[in-house]
Amino acid sequence: MTILLFGITKDIVGSATLSMPSSSEFGAKDTKTVKELKDYLGKMYPELNKLSSLAVAVNNSYADDDTIINSFDEIALIPPVSGG
Amino acid sequence: MEFKRYLRQTNLADFGPQAQQKLKDARILVIGAGGLGTPVLSYLNAMGVGTLGIIEEDVIELTNLQRQVLYTEADVGKSKIATLVAHLKSQNSATHFITFETFLSKDNALEIISKFDFVIDGSDNFSTRYLVNDACVILKKPFVSGAIQGFEGQLSVYNYLGGPTYRCLFPNMPSPNEIPNCNVNGVLGVIPGIIGSLQALEAVKIVTQIGEVMAGKLLLFNGLMHSFQTVKFKANPENINITELKASYGNESCDAIPTISSEAFLKLMEANSKIQLIDVRTKEEFKNDKQAVVRAINIPLDELLEVPLGMDPNTPIYLVCQSGKRSRIALKLLDKKYENLSFYNVEGGMNKIWMHQE
Repeated sequence: MTILLFGITKDIVGSATLSMPSSSEFGAKDTKTVKELKDYLGKMYPELNKLSSLAVAVNNSYADDDTIINSFDEIALIPPVSGG
Repeated sequence: MEFKRYLRQTNLADFGPQAQQKLKDARILVIGAGGLGTPVLSYLNAMGVGTLGIIEEDVIELTNLQRQVLYTEADVGKSKIATLVAHLKSQNSATHFITFETFLSKDNALEIISKFDFVIDGSDNFSTRYLVNDACVILKKPFVSGAIQGFEGQLSVYNYLGGPTYRCLFPNMPSPNEIPNCNVNGVLGVIPGIIGSLQALEAVKIVTQIGEVMAGKLLLFNGLMHSFQTVKFKANPENINITELKASYGNESCDAIPTISSEAFLKLMEANSKIQLIDVRTKEEFKNDKQAVVRAINIPLDELLEVPLGMDPNTPIYLVCQSGKRSRIALKLLDKKYENLSFYNVEGGMNKIWMHQE
């Protein structure tokens, strides 16, 4: 699973992409959700928990917390940016 | 002349004279005349949009020049809106400009936006972005949103024909210090040129109905990877049924300045005879104003940085002019030069003071 990082999330994680070897990273269950991924990332990078408006896309579509993620999906973390 | 002027676009089969006429009839409001607003306005003005509204209250600063490429070194310290409109008028004398030298606020947003067909948001802070969203949703007008940070940019057309809004993607305004605001994190100069140009393109598509408008999709541009990625998203009905603005949007300006209302200022003058006041109007204006505050020292705006102020650093210094605009510019200039002094702008200037005294 590849996670693309935009805006402040890139600065928090320290790179533009994150690779996750498999869904086993965040538990024993077979199906994973966006919420579970967020919780997992929040433990690894606590600064991410401070973002109150963070959009998540799965395979280029906006995903809510219940969206199921599979091992080969491409995830994007998208915070709003304000600059003009 | 008009026929020839736009020939290179009117001879496009998918555009033609009909689309040119639609551009001429269009009324578009651009919020912010900074990194995004300047390319947006340059191109819309060049392409022949008939009426352009501009909201901006900033003064040109040296740090703007690396990305706001219409402004010159000689313009530093001048009003952005006046400088920009002078430039745009020389670029296209047929355009009708409607200027608002103010910041968009909860009190003026609905009235200003209602005068236009749609909005292009090039503001530099979240407060204004959420205010633009809510006002456009209430007025059922689309808005072309561009935003930049570092080497990245985002673009989407929100609230287009019942499509999703900014809140469908980012439901709540980030709290202060959660995400860099007001350009504190910096941006590479060319990035707003790219995103602003794309905003101008979306505006043309909305007006002329050619191509596919970027609604329900967010473009994520990464300048370092040269990637243009598109994310689809849907409307959430609760965000479309907004009927009134929120009670507050936080601080709607990135450079809010210390201000005193004219009423509070008058009370202060009655109570305190040693108040420090600088009137930054011209010498003629000051001399001819029989109601000018006797205790004021007159230092015209263009001499402010050249003469010693001779002020007491232990008490506040108030700045006044005719309407409160030049004194606002004065405050920004003085604040930079004199870090040990504290300045306050008298809101509304002498116009408001006279009103209270009548």
